[in-house]
Amino acid sequence: MLGMGLLLVAIGYVLGLYFFGNAIGGLIIALIVWAVLNLVAFLQGDHILLGISRAKKISRDDLPRLYNVVEEMKIASGLEKMPDIYIIDDPSLNAFATGRDSNKAAVAITSGLLQKLNRDELQGVIAHEIAHIKNRDVLLMVICGVLLGTIVILAWYASRIMFFGAVAGGRRSSSGGGGGGLIILAVGIVLMILAPIMAQLIYFAVSRKREYLADASSALYTRYPEGLASALEKLGASTAQLKSANKATAPMYIINPFRKKGMSASNLSSTHPPLSERIHILRSMAGGASLADYDQSYRQVHKVGGGVLPDPALTATGAVGLRAATPEAVQEEPSKVERVRETSDLMWRGSDYKTITCDCGTRLRVPPKFKASSVRCPHCGRIHRL
Amino acid sequence: MSLGIIIIIGVVIVLAIVFIAIYNKLVRLRNQVKNAWAQIDVQLKRRYDLIPNLVETVKGYTKHERETLEAVTQARNLAQQAASSGAGTRAKAEGALDAALSRLLAVVERYPDLKANQNFLALQEELTSTENKIGFSRQFYNDSVLTYNNQTQVFPSTLIASMTGFKADEFFEVTEAAEREAPKVSFT
Repeated sequence: MLGMGLLLVAIGYVLGLYFFGNAIGGLIIALIVWAVLNLVAFLQGDHILLGISRAKKISRDDLPRLYNVVEEMKIASGLEKMPDIYIIDDPSLNAFATGRDSNKAAVAITSGLLQKLNRDELQGVIAHEIAHIKNRDVLLMVICGVLLGTIVILAWYASRIMFFGAVAGGRRSSSGGGGGGLIILAVGIVLMILAPIMAQLIYFAVSRKREYLADASSALYTRYPEGLASALEKLGASTAQLKSANKATAPMYIINPFRKKGMSASNLSSTHPPLSERIHILRSMAGGASLADYDQSYRQVHKVGGGVLPDPALTATGAVGLRAATPEAVQEEPSKVERVRETSDLMWRGSDYKTITCDCGTRLRVPPKFKASSVRCPHCGRIHRL
Repeated sequence: MSLGIIIIIGVVIVLAIVFIAIYNKLVRLRNQVKNAWAQIDVQLKRRYDLIPNLVETVKGYTKHERETLEAVTQARNLAQQAASSGAGTRAKAEGALDAALSRLLAVVERYPDLKANQNFLALQEELTSTENKIGFSRQFYNDSVLTYNNQTQVFPSTLIASMTGFKADEFFEVTEAAEREAPKVSFT
């Protein structure tokens, strides 16, 4: 983020030198554009994200299992307030967190995810999302996104003006400084071309680092990295794409909603690290579930270079043991069929359909437009009052 | 004013700022520990509330399990009484309740009718989740205590901690015996 800030300052500096003859003017323009974009970002708020994704808010009674899992992770992370829970009716497997303020946060998951994952896996995914909230990643990515936007806008306009100015004879270089003006022009054009690309790369790198941190925190909260690992495996195996995702919100999802098949390892222009690598790191955490263990596992997988987590986070906790998988007999896990039913019941209810279970076992879905006072079961012929 | 005096004043100001920062951090950490402890309390109380319901539901379906049910009720009452004592005693009572409950849930395996009961299933989901929440709040409490204790023991904040009366806190540890007693699940 510091790198992006410096880039922005550099652009402002060169702009000022070129157009006004001193650096201050350019810096002020950069500051104004940045402030305006910030204002826009903060006024828009989170409604945009949830609105775009067509998410529905649910309460404890709708889905006690999901609500309980979220509450468990809220407690494990020490978050002060329970985040809102949203369901996106979409067969793809994905989840995201939103909320710049950790007291007004929300997690959203697709109905597909709710159907496919067992409790341990769901816990891993929710812990990852809660970690995004707890680590203030939403705020960080908004700030980074605004910086990126400012740099792109400034560079775009400045490079056009500079280019046409130079073609038309370069009013500044001919009038005053001569050689000095030319050098500034050359530096300026190179900077205007490189800055947006560099800013974009920094943005992606920050996003990937936060993903690693969220994965590590998920392992720490659940004490069970295998849950998230096996969830990621299922997420990677599914080919359905989330319809309502957009580019600006991509870093907040648990896996990149725009990923393509066969993306190469550690792709520089991706918001998320490759899934196979994330799974591999989680599975290599043999020693324990602390952040330091995750960091060590990351080093093992990468062989070269240092760790991936910020240093203060590493020293915060001591040794942390792993827990065993929840045994099947104790878990009382609803089977996959039951989970699908539970979720689809919820989706029907969400769109105001009534569900009547007939004595013969048939389920009748009554649409909100249906006005008659009773309905006949098409299977056995019993009459149900509405 | 000579340079020496200005330097001394500067050093005093810097020291004061460092002192305030460390003191505030200690207060924040201690509050977090208190908060985490309260969170465990909330979940334990929730479990006390759930148990009578569970016992009632199970009673309706089972005939020969009076001993197990009584053991659960008794362990619950003992744990509730221990609620006002220190972390150590309390952990012991809760450990006993854990053991009694897991015996009950193991017994329930023998009654398919009970396991199909919607009411029981909802109760069981609540109970399982409450157990998880107790585990996670204990985990968070212990993490908080560890961070807080570290802060009271490392230099230089240990100086400020001992000056202003910050003492290391007790961990919440479940007694080994109770924890190790795995639920005996029999498939007969």
